[in-house]
Amino acid sequence: MTAHRNNQSSFSEISPSEFFYRNRDLAGFSNPAKALYTATRELVENSLDACESTEILPKISVRIRYREEERHEPDPRTYVLTVKDNGHGIEPRQAPNAFGRVFYGSKYRLRQARGMFGMGGTMAILYGQITTSKPVTITTSTDGREFHTFRLLIDIQNNKPIILSKSTKRGVGSSGTSVELLLHGDIFRASAKIRDYFRQTALVTPYAEITFIDPQGRLWYFPQTTATVPKVPRETKPHPHGFDFEAMRRLLKHTDESSFPKLLMNEFHRVGKQTARNFLRFAKFDLRTDPRTVSNEETVRLVEAMHRFDGFLPPDSNCLSPLGTEILKSGIVNELKPEFYSIAIRPPSAYSGYPFIVEVALAYGGKTIGEGVRLYRFANRIPLLYDEASDVAGMVVNDLLDRRAYNIPREAPLAVITHVCSTKIPYKSVGKEFLAERPELERELKNGLRETLRQLKSYLSRKGSIEAVLRRKNIYAKYLPLIAKFSQALSGAKSPPRYQQLIKDFEDERVITVEQIANAKKKSEGKIE
Amino acid sequence: MPTQRRRVKERSSNRKVELKAILQKLGKEVYDSLDSNRFPSIDFPSRSVKNIVYEPKSKQYILGSRKVTRSASNIKHIRPFTQLTWLAYFATELVGQEKTSTLRDVYYSSQAYDIEFDDQSQSDSIITDLETVIERAREELNIYPEERSAIFGDLDIEYTVRGYEGKRLNLSSHPDGYLIGPSLSTAEFVDTSAEMVIAVEKGGLFTRFVEEKVHSRFKAIIIDTAGQAPRATRYMLRRLHEELSLPVYVMTDGDVYGEHIAMVIISGSARAAHLRDLTVPSGKWIGIWASDIAKYNLPTIPMSEIDIKRVHDLKRDPRYQKGIWPRELDTFLKIKRKCELEAFSKFGLTTIVDKYLPEKLQIAKSL
Repeated sequence: MTAHRNNQSSFSEISPSEFFYRNRDLAGFSNPAKALYTATRELVENSLDACESTEILPKISVRIRYREEERHEPDPRTYVLTVKDNGHGIEPRQAPNAFGRVFYGSKYRLRQARGMFGMGGTMAILYGQITTSKPVTITTSTDGREFHTFRLLIDIQNNKPIILSKSTKRGVGSSGTSVELLLHGDIFRASAKIRDYFRQTALVTPYAEITFIDPQGRLWYFPQTTATVPKVPRETKPHPHGFDFEAMRRLLKHTDESSFPKLLMNEFHRVGKQTARNFLRFAKFDLRTDPRTVSNEETVRLVEAMHRFDGFLPPDSNCLSPLGTEILKSGIVNELKPEFYSIAIRPPSAYSGYPFIVEVALAYGGKTIGEGVRLYRFANRIPLLYDEASDVAGMVVNDLLDRRAYNIPREAPLAVITHVCSTKIPYKSVGKEFLAERPELERELKNGLRETLRQLKSYLSRKGSIEAVLRRKNIYAKYLPLIAKFSQALSGAKSPPRYQQLIKDFEDERVITVEQIANAKKKSEGKIE
Repeated sequence: MPTQRRRVKERSSNRKVELKAILQKLGKEVYDSLDSNRFPSIDFPSRSVKNIVYEPKSKQYILGSRKVTRSASNIKHIRPFTQLTWLAYFATELVGQEKTSTLRDVYYSSQAYDIEFDDQSQSDSIITDLETVIERAREELNIYPEERSAIFGDLDIEYTVRGYEGKRLNLSSHPDGYLIGPSLSTAEFVDTSAEMVIAVEKGGLFTRFVEEKVHSRFKAIIIDTAGQAPRATRYMLRRLHEELSLPVYVMTDGDVYGEHIAMVIISGSARAAHLRDLTVPSGKWIGIWASDIAKYNLPTIPMSEIDIKRVHDLKRDPRYQKGIWPRELDTFLKIKRKCELEAFSKFGLTTIVDKYLPEKLQIAKSL
């Protein structure tokens, strides 16, 4: 880890701030509408991470305002974005760098988190500064008693914060951070997307309370509906299968370790003494080689061997934090209010040395879900709102949802929720909008979807058979008395035939059996009463 | 007027007693099933096209051996089953109270008993089902279609319908003839001097026959079938033949449809294959034959494409394989012309009665 941080000096030819300033399209700031959405979302995700990393039930409030003097200007115009959380707060010494410097965040490690490298929040600030020339205001407290306020600008060329003012106030409240920045935006075009983002976020964070107030003063409130917070993901060392040449080169350049096996054991995930030796033999390196003396050519050979060697243990998924049944259930029941849902949590799997877990949920019927299939994609609890068609989950749903195979009517109201958590989400682009078609990922999504579809199929057929039996019984109850009446008249019999047992028997044999089966199955599946 | 009169066999009242017993038995079976906790069911011959077969012996279409079962336990059957049970009950009431009903009346009557029919064609179809189950025509259940034809001749009948019981009438009392409706269909035949029945296709010729006194000159009962003979008329022809032993002759237009009108009277129709008492197998078609067109030099009309197609269809029909039937069809195909009964008027209004009818009746003896 130290290797990475020390190495930032080697970037100094062009600062990361400058790099992102020049390539802001890549990070989702391509136009005022998209920028407003991306800035909101990056700050909210930082806030959620700040709460979850210390298992605090998040309370997040977001506000987007016009500046009073621009109230009647047309879009795009300047907006004031405020995001406030009750997270762990930031030590005052670190706060300017945390927000005023690209690549300076608590996330530059291998661990499941919403963002990578803490880049998003700073990008939002950078964008605000570029478009309005105004500083950002950050207030943070780690103890709920001392509140530190900073006004910052970013020195883009030198990638460092310029502190315009700082002050400390004493008060009584909770720990947490509030960020207020001005930025060029277009609420008219961004509004629907931002609302979608909050709604979908609420679907997978039912343990959070989120409040959003838009420029017209309208309030969206997503209450906290469960006290279950996902466990804090653990930091983990990189797995050899996912390690690349550049990382290896830096590792070898900066390490103080002279024993090759020890270096491997210390720096890599699930590599023990025996595995390290077996690997070095496989890679045809002398066990006594001093790793600091390895040449660039040998490094290439080493990394290639690492990727080929199948003697490494698969990555451990203990570092991952899936949502789990309780959170998914709570989110689905409260946000989608379906008639039925099913959840499949797949066993951990891995691609290129990165562990991942796929969760698929399916919600059917009810008043909220419209006709047809609606796909909600999530990666490390972030809703993915763009480019569904290019996403591997979108493809899987399209390919696999052969409704006939599962006896699901064509226009059935259906919502599919996919969640992938990993130490590294295989995004296809920097914009974090869609996942690449990794075969391992595709397989797990498919299996998860199949599992939930099977549960839905069995629910529908149970529901159908109970309904059919009741329908039949009603028909018997309607016609048998008529047949009895007319046959009595025809035959000249004095009393009506005693046929009532027929209807009762039918009910006993069919309805009760079907209901018993249904009740027995109910526990394991998500029928909502 | 009549010189020799015949006593008539008492037949129709027996049938009525039998009919009541059949309906009661049907009701009892359904009742007993229900009373012993079983879903009632009824078996009857299938009327699907595959089960309609030609029986050479009786020269008519009959239903084959395939059966259908209508069971109250089947969700798709229980409604028609209920409708059928109701209809049996309703028909029993009609017969018992000596009331008649049209097909349309049945459709509306059902509504008073909470029996739903989607439309009249559905109730008509249940009526046909009941006919098949009890092997009796709806007319015996006092259910008649709207269509009616006429009868004229020296035949004494005695009404059995309510209000006219015992009242007698001679069917030559009114020159326009008498409607073959429910009262006439159920009337007993008492006495007649007639020696034959002549059925004609058209009202115009019927009137001509009455005017020219065919009934007395040929000792004939004249019937107007008004096109394709309704079942009440076919039933009447059958009774005249069976109960009075009168030969039946049929005279139609000289075209393929006329030939088929005669055939249905003689051999029945595929649509009524479930019924046996509607045919007169010994009946004779006496004209107008295709071969008569040249023989009597009759004015003609060209046959249409549809007419020709119909001839080809009938040529494949098993009823048309013997005697004059295929011969006349072939002649129609050859001359591709047809003519109407009125064509004889070219030679004077009475020629058909004075010349054609006696000649054809003579030929009929050798058929």
